[in-house]
Amino acid sequence: MNEWSKAVSGHPIAGHTASTPTISGNRGLQIEEPLIFEQDSPGHCGVDLPEAPAVRSRLGGLDRKGPIGLPGLSEPQVVRHFTRLSQKNYAIDTGLYPLGSCTMKHNPRLNEKMARLPGFADVHPLQPVSTVQGTLELIDTLAYWLKTLTGMPAVALSPAAGAHGELCGIMTIRAALEARGDKRSRILVPESAHGTNPATAAACGYSVEAIPANPKGTKNQGRVDLAALKTKLGPDVAALMLTNPNTCGLFEDEILDIAAAVHEAGAFFYCDGANFNAIVGRVRPAELGIDALHINLHKTFSTPHGGGGPGSGPVALGAELAPHAPVPWIVHGANGLNLVECASGDAARSIGRLKGFHGQMGMFVRALAYMMSHGADGLRQVAEDAVLNANYLRVKLAGALSLAFPGTCMHEVLFDDAFLKDTGVTTLDFAKALIDEGFHPMTMYFPLVVHGALLIEPTETESKASLDQFATVLNGLAARAKAGDASAFRAAPKLTPRRRLDETTAARKPILRWRPAPVQQQAAE
Amino acid sequence: MRYLPLTDADRRDMLAAVGVDSIDALFAEVPPAAQHEGLLDLPRAMGELEVERRLAAMASKNTVAGAVPFFLGAGAYRHHVPASVDHLIQRGEFLTSYTPYQPEVSQGTLQYLFEFQTQVALLTGMEVANASLYDGATACAEAVAMAGRVTRRNKAVLSGGLHPHYRAVCETYARFSGEELLVQDPAPAGGEDLAKLIDADTSCVVVQNPDFYGEIRDYSALAQLCHQKGALLVVVVTEILSLGAVTPPGEMGADIVAAEGQSFGNALNFGGPYVGLFASREKFVRQMPGRLVGETVDAEGRRGWALTLSTREQHIRREKATSNICTNAGLCALAFTIHLSLLGEAGLTRLARLNHATAVSTAERLAAIPGVKLVNRRFFNEFALHLPRAAAPVVDALATRGILAGVPVSRFYPDRADLADLLLVAATETVTADDIERLATGLAEVLR
Repeated sequence: MNEWSKAVSGHPIAGHTASTPTISGNRGLQIEEPLIFEQDSPGHCGVDLPEAPAVRSRLGGLDRKGPIGLPGLSEPQVVRHFTRLSQKNYAIDTGLYPLGSCTMKHNPRLNEKMARLPGFADVHPLQPVSTVQGTLELIDTLAYWLKTLTGMPAVALSPAAGAHGELCGIMTIRAALEARGDKRSRILVPESAHGTNPATAAACGYSVEAIPANPKGTKNQGRVDLAALKTKLGPDVAALMLTNPNTCGLFEDEILDIAAAVHEAGAFFYCDGANFNAIVGRVRPAELGIDALHINLHKTFSTPHGGGGPGSGPVALGAELAPHAPVPWIVHGANGLNLVECASGDAARSIGRLKGFHGQMGMFVRALAYMMSHGADGLRQVAEDAVLNANYLRVKLAGALSLAFPGTCMHEVLFDDAFLKDTGVTTLDFAKALIDEGFHPMTMYFPLVVHGALLIEPTETESKASLDQFATVLNGLAARAKAGDASAFRAAPKLTPRRRLDETTAARKPILRWRPAPVQQQAAE
Repeated sequence: MRYLPLTDADRRDMLAAVGVDSIDALFAEVPPAAQHEGLLDLPRAMGELEVERRLAAMASKNTVAGAVPFFLGAGAYRHHVPASVDHLIQRGEFLTSYTPYQPEVSQGTLQYLFEFQTQVALLTGMEVANASLYDGATACAEAVAMAGRVTRRNKAVLSGGLHPHYRAVCETYARFSGEELLVQDPAPAGGEDLAKLIDADTSCVVVQNPDFYGEIRDYSALAQLCHQKGALLVVVVTEILSLGAVTPPGEMGADIVAAEGQSFGNALNFGGPYVGLFASREKFVRQMPGRLVGETVDAEGRRGWALTLSTREQHIRREKATSNICTNAGLCALAFTIHLSLLGEAGLTRLARLNHATAVSTAERLAAIPGVKLVNRRFFNEFALHLPRAAAPVVDALATRGILAGVPVSRFYPDRADLADLLLVAATETVTADDIERLATGLAEVLR
């Protein structure tokens, strides 16, 4: 029974003028696909398994009594279901993905092949270390690359994502302060920071204080207000968390003064490395006075975002923070590489464990394959091409869109919504219209320091032709908005599998799972 | 460089369009002292063939689990993953998409996450589940924090049967969040009286099922005692396949379930990436960490999916968020969902029975070896053995004979002499009768 097609036919396709509704609800290659639970063929199975031999059960009466409620399908049905779902997604493989601060670059398939080598994928985390020397060598090699690229003496590899890396960094900072006998209570975070920064500080027991940015039209606009920072620094400040290049796409050019002020106050300088792609191979964060920096392997080093994960967020640490790094540690011993897994002995000052086992090994393999493919020369070229592509878009778009801050940008370029003033078109409408043109929207309404922000990061893996086409579309949409076609923008997107979703109702009356239809209703049908 | 589309001619044209004469001009705001002149001291670019050679050389130094008799578990389990799972998760539209913040172009990701949430809720016997966390251990720490928010209490009791890595992650998080933990001693033989530790400040009691030593326990009575005193029961599951055969935590009265989902769809991968499962009662959903996908309708009234209840999350709530988590385990959750869809009700229960039968056969064969004693009364696919001497050297000796025998408990508790003779042995559907015989023969010889 297909509940789904019923739901579709039950609703007239209002406002859809391009064609008459189809009988199936499908529209060419856009296939309506019910939930897997609505395709149940009871007792069916997509995996052939032998029947279990008869043994005396050792479940001791705690065996499951009732059915679970999972649907039964054959393999072809399952393959078709998920293939159809995949076709409802935008992806880097299908087009430019200009999400600012997300670094949606090409994900090389060599990385996938390497991560699936049985010698890496089919290895248990608790095998005797003598049987996993190749894995430890890979992790140690990755650590060497990261230490060289950041100029920092140590790297903690276990954090599972950027936000987890932030947690690791701020925890090590608090541990180092406590080791000094120094109890501090505040963390300073610029207004333009990612939401994870204040959330991390709060999770580590700190209060959060915002640092303003210099406003538009002033010296060093869009960057940290150094004077304001200095007034907020004091003996109770544990750290400054700064993203550099910042989320306005600008390099914090006073960073050496910022670092000096932070250190003079006895605080640590944490850097959110989400935007490391702009400087990799050209600038080493240690030389900017940074004490701790997380690196999103799923951004700069091309491990796939996978629809929201898994990520990997190693943290490069300065000398004072390194002894507090979370376990496990890899150490060189007489019989090869070894793992320190408990926070005792040499690791007694470690903050402890942040994750089960040893970190995102599958992501480590991918990231190292990427680094080796590029080499020192290719990685430097990555930063240069990423910055060049963003600046090229900046000049191509500056006439029709409104630049948030004048001057060159780094790997991403920020616009505000001044160009939409009096058009009746919002940033959201503008971005949704971009979808009908075959592009994923840019980051919207972030950072919070400019009105109606549109943050564009093309990455280095876009060709000039791709950027030209994107610019033509954006300029054309801006012209249309100014020509006074607001209702068309408000109705966008029209050509997608679904049009704008009612997120308000979704949040007010959350439906978070499928449930079988009530029995009496089925009988009535 | 094969991944960079710009040609030198493009670069020249683009620099001219930007109005600068060299790339260095675009880095002019970086303080000169911090600019690295020339190339860093790292190898130069390599072609695919060269990268493959070097990485394959590293991989070849490892013992591959599938090449030997293999009996390791302790929170990571080797199962056969159908070929179509890995094919489907590598479709570029899944692999190379971002978090589905733009629902009109992300219905594929959103729908499978909705299916994932439903599967997790059904398996655990809970009302709702989120769209995944990093792994089971961090899910456990998030569960403790959530229990604190729900009860407005600050003290959590951790069972000695909890996986030591899960316990350690909770301890790290708690040290910085200010939660108080009452951590119980490792308890392979059970006999813990957790109820007597619950008082008016207790936010939750955290137990595991099957516990770290493989023992299946009934927590129904404990759940009642927790609820009488206003505390929550958090149940951890590290082998999610067990729920194909064992009473689910929801039926025992759990308020939150934190679990590791690696067993479905995901390879061992030396410990990561895995997929954290997180389920709870519906009334607590606004205190949940992580993303949630909800059902809604689009502008034409058609059913669709969108991320929802985002006001819990860091990108909206910043320092007041329920968690700092952003990235989760999307693709691992997809692998989980596809594998479980292939299995279905019939396949899951059959696979669970097969695991149980294999483990029972293994336990009976090993317990027949002189001096070896089975610890467990009830178990699923993993159990603990007392050996007549320290387990770690025995495991090392068997590894040199090409047998990966299990996980010595001393790996987690190196300072506990009383646990040194304990060996955890897991036997899944991948274990053959010949594997069991080789392990038994090898163990008997090493112990002789």
